[in-house]
Amino acid sequence: MNTRKLMSTALLAVGGAVLSASLYAADTIKVGVLHSLSGTMAISETTLKDTVLMMIEDQNKKGGLLGKKLEPVVVDPASNWPLFAEKTRELLSQEEVDVIFGCWTSVSRKSVLPVIEELNGLLFYPVQYEGEESSKNVFYTGAAPNQQAIPAVDYLMNELDVKRWVLAGTDYVYPRTTNKVLEAYLKAKGVADKDIMINYTPFGHSDWQSIVADVKKFGSEGKKTAVVSTINGDANVPFYKELGNQGISAEDIPVVAFSVGEEELSGIDTKPLVGHLAAWNYFQSVESDENDEFIAKWKKYIKDDKRVTNDPMEATYIGFNMWVAAVEKAGTTDVDAVEQAMIGITTPNLTGGTAVMNRNHHLSKPVLIGEIQADGQFEVVSETMGVVPGDAWSDYLPGSKDIVADWVTPIRCGNFNAKTAKCSGQNM
Amino acid sequence: MNKLPIHYFLSLVIAVFGVVYSQQSAAESSTPNPSVTLAELSEPLVGANLRKMPALVERLELEAGTTALPVLEALLAGELYYQRSDKRLVRAVSQTEGGFQISDVFSTDALGSVAKKQIRKVKLNNALRVQLRAAIGRLTLLSDDPKLRLTAIENMLKKPDQANLELLQQARAQETDSDIVDLLNEALALNLLIAATDRQPRLQALRELEGSLQPAVRNALQALVALDADAQPLEQDIVVFTSASRLLDKIDGKLGFYAFLETLFFGLSLGSVLLLIATGLAITFGVMGVINMAHGELIMLGAYTTYVVQLLMPNHIEYSLLVAVPAAFLVSGLVGILIERSVIRFLHGRPLETLLATFGVSLILQQAVRSIFSPLNRQVATPEWMSGSLEINSIFSLTYNRLYVFLFALLVFVLLQLILKRTTLGLNVRAVSQNRSMAKAMGVKTDWVDAMTFGLGSGVAGLAGVALSQLTNVGPNLGQAYIIDSFMVVVFGGVGNLWGTLVAGLSLGVFTKFLEPATGAVMAKILVLVFIVLFIQKRPRGLFPQQGRAAE
Repeated sequence: MNTRKLMSTALLAVGGAVLSASLYAADTIKVGVLHSLSGTMAISETTLKDTVLMMIEDQNKKGGLLGKKLEPVVVDPASNWPLFAEKTRELLSQEEVDVIFGCWTSVSRKSVLPVIEELNGLLFYPVQYEGEESSKNVFYTGAAPNQQAIPAVDYLMNELDVKRWVLAGTDYVYPRTTNKVLEAYLKAKGVADKDIMINYTPFGHSDWQSIVADVKKFGSEGKKTAVVSTINGDANVPFYKELGNQGISAEDIPVVAFSVGEEELSGIDTKPLVGHLAAWNYFQSVESDENDEFIAKWKKYIKDDKRVTNDPMEATYIGFNMWVAAVEKAGTTDVDAVEQAMIGITTPNLTGGTAVMNRNHHLSKPVLIGEIQADGQFEVVSETMGVVPGDAWSDYLPGSKDIVADWVTPIRCGNFNAKTAKCSGQNM
Repeated sequence: MNKLPIHYFLSLVIAVFGVVYSQQSAAESSTPNPSVTLAELSEPLVGANLRKMPALVERLELEAGTTALPVLEALLAGELYYQRSDKRLVRAVSQTEGGFQISDVFSTDALGSVAKKQIRKVKLNNALRVQLRAAIGRLTLLSDDPKLRLTAIENMLKKPDQANLELLQQARAQETDSDIVDLLNEALALNLLIAATDRQPRLQALRELEGSLQPAVRNALQALVALDADAQPLEQDIVVFTSASRLLDKIDGKLGFYAFLETLFFGLSLGSVLLLIATGLAITFGVMGVINMAHGELIMLGAYTTYVVQLLMPNHIEYSLLVAVPAAFLVSGLVGILIERSVIRFLHGRPLETLLATFGVSLILQQAVRSIFSPLNRQVATPEWMSGSLEINSIFSLTYNRLYVFLFALLVFVLLQLILKRTTLGLNVRAVSQNRSMAKAMGVKTDWVDAMTFGLGSGVAGLAGVALSQLTNVGPNLGQAYIIDSFMVVVFGGVGNLWGTLVAGLSLGVFTKFLEPATGAVMAKILVLVFIVLFIQKRPRGLFPQQGRAAE
């Protein structure tokens, strides 16, 4: 670039900045993207940022929304939970975005929650989570426990005849709550205390020797044993490696995981893992026209033929399309109008069915159980009949049995006790 | 398995009537039925759904016998496909350059290579794999290959099944290999123990099982000594009960011993990882006194070097680690020297500033790796010789990757000791660390020695990275996960003392692993930290403080 060109570019940029302040406010709809681009969670969240950007680019090609262009505002909360709250405040009060797509871990969502409720923003949360929450300002497009954990356990119990259970998880809110739900569910199904082993490990745990040896011992006592894993992120790789090295195959002790998808598997050699299971609402290997189109679009956008797609990406895809449909239906981006328009909206999902947004701000989704293949993809071995509506408040926990979330008048409450007919605010 | 194959039931009934009949039925079940060809039997596999598969596999085993083995084995390996165009069953092996190499599953004739779209996989799941393995076991129990026979028997030992009894007896009569005979005797005795009702054969079986460590044997014994609600033995025959419980006690004693050995090995292996990551720091922090917060990132660079080396030699993964070791040493060492020359030497004697500056360097290195290699973890392949485990007996085995890392850690430690004690560089390093100005006065180029020492410590961090790439994730956060641990070991062992680092690393590893079963992994970590805090209160200079003038 020569000097003159550089100067004119600089001038243009300055002029653009001055103009944009006045022009863009009227001409674009701002979409906030709140995913970590650095720190521990960058590994998972960068993909979702790219997915949202791809969807926005796509929508703009179709002519934008309500005659306006969509403008992404990307911020980096850096895997730092309090920073998520600060960045949300920045997005809502300085950038004045109309909607936010973001968060991955439950702890980041919990830290965003008070801010987004105070400033009346709109958040689409695309990851499977532990439930026990429903906010007016959040739409949960990932799976609730009854759309992932419970059907997976049912599969193991009915198809593989599993009698003993190891619930292994990373030590934080999602595994702890999910395991509480699962433990209550297993006991309701008549599993004895001594046939359940619960184990928690720190984030990023890498020395799995003794835990795997314990699991091996627990599983060698004559009854069919399975591991239900809520182990998060990176820690899975050394866990599976250790299983392989200690000679535990999926035939002896199958592991069903809720946080292991195509993306996580792309970092490891999957040959020793063949046959281990994962439960999701979407697999890249599912054959449908929408999915083929989505995969092709993604590979083209990211310019890498080897990149994979996964469940949270599908949840982002559904959430984005639903928001677009709701804005069109409401004719405005006003949060309250869009929130009401969202309920009942349907869009096609990527597995050949239809996603419906329910009154509790959760989706109806199909549940798929897949086995890991040697090429890092999943093969579906079981599928629920039709879609399962997401249940915000688990039916298996004593505290939340009677609670429902319903955002339609007359109830309009995320935490409504059906017995006492009282609403105790949005959340616990 | 959901449905019991008919011949299980048949042979179970027949077994009651006598051995002659049952042997006949076993013979029948493995004789091919000439009226139906293998190709006809296999044909329904094309496009079959998972619910239909078990019956199809069972029919293949019963009617085609050993001739069905190629089909069953291809299916078990997940390599059985069919062509979309003509529904022909083929065995397909994926190629590294994409696509599949296919061959006829019956005649093994090569059929060239095809794209993924042209073939479809025959469906397979876990339950089916279990069934296939059992079927192949029954069909190969009498095979000529001793290895196949051994796996078949091991499989049968895992799940004792009366239906296999006559097959085992037949195999026992023909077997000549003494190891396999022992295993067969064990399997037969176990089956006898479960099936027999008279005292003599059961006692005989118990005697045979003396010394066996198979989990299935222990389970059978536990069932024998089970007590009812009034704490009375369920077993009627008191002689059998007492000898079974005596045998169980013996086995449990042995199990306890091996469990202890296993925990010790786990501890030493964790300790060797701690030793590896701390040795480099023991030099830069211990000997030079530089608080290097970027130490973890130097480890990370070593791991990424391994990844790059594997990218450069994709066809020689087996040897990649041998190349990666010197390469990682050089890369991390050079980056270390660069950090020392550009940052640390200006901050000599200002620990707080050094800490902050090197912390900044660590963030820069992390983000650099994130930008160059992407924030996603990179896949580092494990060579064949490092996977799996060394089986000492059926309950005690040592995983190869941990074993090699342990040996590697000791090797690095010894080499480093030699360098420090036997070379001119080592002499200079020790001289400068004891008395900088005196060393300078004697003509030692302290600047050069500083750079070399830091490079040496950083290089060793790179070596730790190579080892860690085999144990954990290779990603931008790799270093952060280990920086606390490495400081912990060096401080605990005593700053400036390599032997202290060795003892501290190994003992902390063993300590953690013995705590873990009782407290869980999270609590164990906390307790170890608390222990070290208390220990440092009592002995601020660590396990082996430097003495004499060197201590100043």
